[in-house]
Amino acid sequence: MTRLFYDGTFEGLLTTVFEIYEHRLAHTKLEKGECYTSAMFEDKIKVITDETRAARVLKGLQQKLSPDGIQRLYIAHMAELDKEDDTLIGFIRYAFDSLMNIEEDFGNKYVLRVSEIVGFMRREKHRMEAFVRFQKLKDGSFYAAIKPDFNVLPLLNRHFKSRYADQKWIIYDIKRSYGLYYDLHDTQFISMEFSSINKPDKVIAAYTEDEGVYQNLWKNYFNSTNIPARKNTKLHVRHIPKRYWKHLPEKI
Amino acid sequence: MNADKVTEKLNILADAAKYDVSCASSGSKRQNHNKGLGNASNGICHSYTEDGRCVSLLKILLTNHCIFDCAYCVSRKSNDIKRAAFTVQEVVDLTINFYRRNYIEGLFLSSGIFKNADYTMERLVLIAKKLRTEHNFNGYIHLKSIPGASDELMREAGLYADRLSVNLEMPTEEGLKLLAPDKNRQDMIDPMNFLKKEIIQNTEEKKLFKKAPMFAPAGQSTQVIIGATQEDDQQILYMANHFYRNYNLKRVYYSGYVPVLSDSRLPALNTTVPMVRENRLYQADWLMRFYGFKVNEIVDSRQPLLDLDIDPKLSWAIRNMQAFPIDINKADLQMILRVPGIGVESANKIVKARNFAKLGWDQLKKIGVAINRARYFITCKSTDFERRDLTGTKIKQFILAESHSKYLKNTQTQLSMF
Repeated sequence: MTRLFYDGTFEGLLTTVFEIYEHRLAHTKLEKGECYTSAMFEDKIKVITDETRAARVLKGLQQKLSPDGIQRLYIAHMAELDKEDDTLIGFIRYAFDSLMNIEEDFGNKYVLRVSEIVGFMRREKHRMEAFVRFQKLKDGSFYAAIKPDFNVLPLLNRHFKSRYADQKWIIYDIKRSYGLYYDLHDTQFISMEFSSINKPDKVIAAYTEDEGVYQNLWKNYFNSTNIPARKNTKLHVRHIPKRYWKHLPEKI
Repeated sequence: MNADKVTEKLNILADAAKYDVSCASSGSKRQNHNKGLGNASNGICHSYTEDGRCVSLLKILLTNHCIFDCAYCVSRKSNDIKRAAFTVQEVVDLTINFYRRNYIEGLFLSSGIFKNADYTMERLVLIAKKLRTEHNFNGYIHLKSIPGASDELMREAGLYADRLSVNLEMPTEEGLKLLAPDKNRQDMIDPMNFLKKEIIQNTEEKKLFKKAPMFAPAGQSTQVIIGATQEDDQQILYMANHFYRNYNLKRVYYSGYVPVLSDSRLPALNTTVPMVRENRLYQADWLMRFYGFKVNEIVDSRQPLLDLDIDPKLSWAIRNMQAFPIDINKADLQMILRVPGIGVESANKIVKARNFAKLGWDQLKKIGVAINRARYFITCKSTDFERRDLTGTKIKQFILAESHSKYLKNTQTQLSMF
């Protein structure tokens, strides 16, 4: 068993694959972060991310997988799930060691697990497309704070850019402390210093006057459209898990 | 904008519109153009009400003033309720401001009939037109087509709306006559027919000229109220099948009657909403649209009612035990789709995965198959499979015994109806 440590980037993952094949390692365990001391007699390698090597592995993968298959692998890596790095390595090795494209072999545990992880990511992305709630600021731009389970902000770019093309907007992931900003032409990732403006009174002061009016109208609409005779709390909570409520004006 | 006044109107007119269950915002291809506002491509549910229904569109009536007196409808003329009417500008402002905050996918606008059909339809069209032309709004618009409105107005509506719908209200003509004597079923079918032809014609034009304007790109749908009149499930599903086939409808919605009014022709006010039956109808509808079932396989004159305690697919399977067991590693996709416990997604995965290697129980479970239901109907790589020659009734017992159906507590009251 060889333990490998990498920096957590996708290029790092691909470099790891290069190392595995170069040293013909049969049994590996991949972890993010620094190489630290552990059991004796165990091999350890610190992988140093190398763009040339990563590019070579990617090129090889492109011959084994469809563009969609590579995209899915990339998205699965973005989920940043602990302990799933070995799944990704397993998937890549299975792809290289097979003659045909294996991305639809759902009987294989790695392929199936990657497809599950991609499922988590897609679901979270879709939830964010639904649950982002913009608030209009005095300067006319729209601001939304989110706290997604996974790092899906980069996946939201295309949807929001093509939808809200005529308004400036910011979607900020407060869990991971970075945001996406659209300036009417293009989007860019930003980070803000929040400690000072995070106080509720200052935030409210930054909104336009009619922001409260529309939030109130929306809450009224939400309540009026409910049919009490059909109450089904279990279904309601399954669709909107409680952890999302604090960012939804209709549920506050 | 007078916030209090608009709030009051919104409460009244959203409340009156909520019995229209359609909230779909998918199926359109409208893109954002010229850096305008919005697009309508794949449906998104932005919120869910406490009854668990999706909130995708701002669903309101333009007004709840109505010249008709339909027994099942809260807005009927003789009902003593608060009446209100939005101005065109108020609806436009609400839509745009809700949309910009990502509350909604678009607007679903319906209306009580005031003055006459054309007068009402004209106002609905005007709102859609304003949103599209003055505000460059590309979000989803669903307009109700008012029965009896002129072809010209219907055509204009199709140019601005993504979806149009006429509600049939009752599954049969007799039901409609009983509860809405002023309404005529033919008046509802005529606009459907007109829209169907226009949509087909537009599809042809689109093939020739890419730039031909879109016409109701998300098609048309309808809704029937169930449980207000005596129709059985066979009548309802045959009706739905007829409209899917002959009018190219995208959806038929089934709305369990919520007792809102006391009337000798209607179920009493304390009747519960037939939610289980409604759910079974939707399941049957799905079987027809996505699982390749013919309507007469789901219900027929010997079996005019859907089982309330089990879903229609399991019900079909135990009536047709001669078709099982099937070998999951060999059977056609069409047959795999018919196995209880296997959905469309799992079926597709099975068919792809078995090209690589034969599948066993573990893999099927991980792929997403509900083994506790499917195991009576399939064999796989494993030599371990159901060897007893079980009857359909026995299988039903086994499955019910180990399921924790969300409806189990309701079945008692449902069964006593027979």
